[in-house]
Amino acid sequence: MQEYDYNQTHIIDIPLEKAMTTENLQVFYGDNHAMHDATLQFPRHRITALIGASGSGKSTYLRCLNRMNDRIATVKGKIMYRDMDINSNNINVYEVRKHISMVFQRPNPFAKSIRENITFALKRNGIKDKNELNKRVEESLKAAALWDEVKDDLDKSALALSGGQAQRLCIARCVAMKPDILLLDEPASALDPISTAKIEETLMQLRENYSIIIVTHNMQQASRIADYTAFFHMGHVLEYDVTEKIFTTPQIKATEDYISGNFG
Amino acid sequence: MNSKTSNNIATGVIYFLVACVLAILVFLLGYILITGIPHVSWHFLTSAAQSFAAGGGIRDQLFNSMYLLVLTLIISFPIALGSGIYLSEYAPDNWVTGVIRTAVEVLSSLPSVVVGLFGFLLFVVNFHMGFSILAGAIALTFFNLPLLTRSIEESLQDVSELQREAGLSLGLSRWKTITGIVLPAALPGILTGIILSAGRVFGEAAALIYTAGQSAPTVNYGDWNPMDSASFLNFMRPAETLAVHIWKVNTEGVTPDAAAISSGASAVLIVVILLFNLLARMLGRWLYKRMTATK
Repeated sequence: MQEYDYNQTHIIDIPLEKAMTTENLQVFYGDNHAMHDATLQFPRHRITALIGASGSGKSTYLRCLNRMNDRIATVKGKIMYRDMDINSNNINVYEVRKHISMVFQRPNPFAKSIRENITFALKRNGIKDKNELNKRVEESLKAAALWDEVKDDLDKSALALSGGQAQRLCIARCVAMKPDILLLDEPASALDPISTAKIEETLMQLRENYSIIIVTHNMQQASRIADYTAFFHMGHVLEYDVTEKIFTTPQIKATEDYISGNFG
Repeated sequence: MNSKTSNNIATGVIYFLVACVLAILVFLLGYILITGIPHVSWHFLTSAAQSFAAGGGIRDQLFNSMYLLVLTLIISFPIALGSGIYLSEYAPDNWVTGVIRTAVEVLSSLPSVVVGLFGFLLFVVNFHMGFSILAGAIALTFFNLPLLTRSIEESLQDVSELQREAGLSLGLSRWKTITGIVLPAALPGILTGIILSAGRVFGEAAALIYTAGQSAPTVNYGDWNPMDSASFLNFMRPAETLAVHIWKVNTEGVTPDAAAISSGASAVLIVVILLFNLLARMLGRWLYKRMTATK
C-alpha cells in the first residue's frame, strides 16, 4: 500500500451547533497505537459518516464516543459532550450511554420478546407505568419503521425476526431510551439491499431529532445519507468535510485514492 | 482410497462407536430395570427398611436421597452461581484466575472416599455435627461445586458478547446486564449443570457413609418443624440414602431378601434420576420460555 503523509490533513470546523467533539483522541490496544490524535466536531441533528478501509480505526474511534472501549483499550484525549469531558474517570459511564447510544454491526436483539427488548432497559431505568411503556414501544418501533411489520407480534421472540428487522429493532431499542446521539457501527453491513434501504430511510427520519454518527464501509451509503463525512486511514483522521466535497473534490491524496477505489 | 470411501469408513466407525455407547447404556438400564422392577411395589416404596426380617422397604432412604439433594443444591447453587458469574464476567485473565480454575478442577477430581473421610473428621467429629444430613450435604457440596461452577461459567461464556454490548450500550450496568440478559439466556446450560450434578448426588455413596451415616432413624412425616429431632425435615439427623442403602444391604445386609431389596432400590434410584431429569428439563423449558418469549 502506498505511504501517505499523515501530517497533511484537511479537517473543517463545523459551523453548526455541536452534538459532541473529540480533542486529540488517542487509542492504544496495549502497545498498539490504534488511533492518533483524532480531533473532530459532530453537528447536532445531522448525520456524520465515518469512512475508511478495514483497520483504519473508524470503529475503534466510534466505540470511544460512548466509552464502549473501556475494558478493551486505553483511550487518551478529550471527548466533550455538553461541556463535559466524558472520557474522564469520574464520569458515570452508564449515564453517558443513556445519552449516547450505540447500534452494532451485527443485530443483537435480546433473547426476549420484541416488546421486552424495548422495555427492558426502560424498566431498569425506573419507568414502571404501563401506558408510558406501551407508548414508548409504539413510538420507537414507528421511528424505526418496524411497527407495521411487528405490531401484532409484540410478545413473540425477537430472535425470530429477520436480520433487517432485528437491526431496526435494535435501533428502536436505542431510540426508546430517548438518547441525544445515536452511534451506528456499520449497521447495514450484514443486511441485504432492501433491508439496507429501509435502515437508511429510518436514519434519514431519525435525523430530525437525533445526532447520528455512522461508521460505514459503503461509500454510496455515506454519500446518500451523510451531511458530513470523515475519512479514516491507518488510525488517522485525514479529511473531514461536507460529504459532497469529500466525494467530489477531496483535498487529500489518500481520500481521493480511497473513494476512487485505488485501495481498501 | 478416494474421499468417498474414506468418508464411508469414517462414518461407519463413528456409527459403530455410538452404537457401542448406546448398547452399554441399554444393557445396563435394561438389566437394572428388569431385575429390579419386579421387586418394586407400593409397599416397598412406602414402608421402612428392616434390619433382619424380610419385606423391608426403602421409604426413608428414598426421601433422604431427595432431601439431601435439595439441601445440597440449596448450599451449593448460590456459591456456584456467584463463582461462575465471577469467573465468567468479572475475573481478569491472570494467574490468580488460573489458580482458581485449577483449584476448581482439582476439587472435582478428588476421590469421594477422601472427601467423605475429610467431612467425617471436620464436620462430624470436630464440629460435633454427628452423622447428619447437613454434614452429608456439605460433603456433597464439595463435589457439586466444581461441576456446577464450571457449567455455569461455561453457559455464561456461551452467551454472545454482543448481548453484553447491547445491554451496556443502553446504559445498563454490568450487573443488570448479567442478571437481566445474560443469565436468562444461559438458563438451559445452567440447568444441564444442575441435572448432571444432581445425578452425582443421587448416586454418591462413599462420601455419605462417613458423613450422613448409614442409619435411617424413624422420622415423623407429619412433623414440619425442622428444629424437632423427630421431624423428617430435621437436617441434624443421620440419614442413609438410597445409594448407601444399596451398598449396605449388599455388603453387610443380613435380611434374607437383601438381593431383592438392592435390585429394587437400584431400579427406583434410576427411575428417580430419570424423573428428576425430565422434570428439571420441563421446568427449565417453561422458565426459559417465560423469560425469553421463545417457542
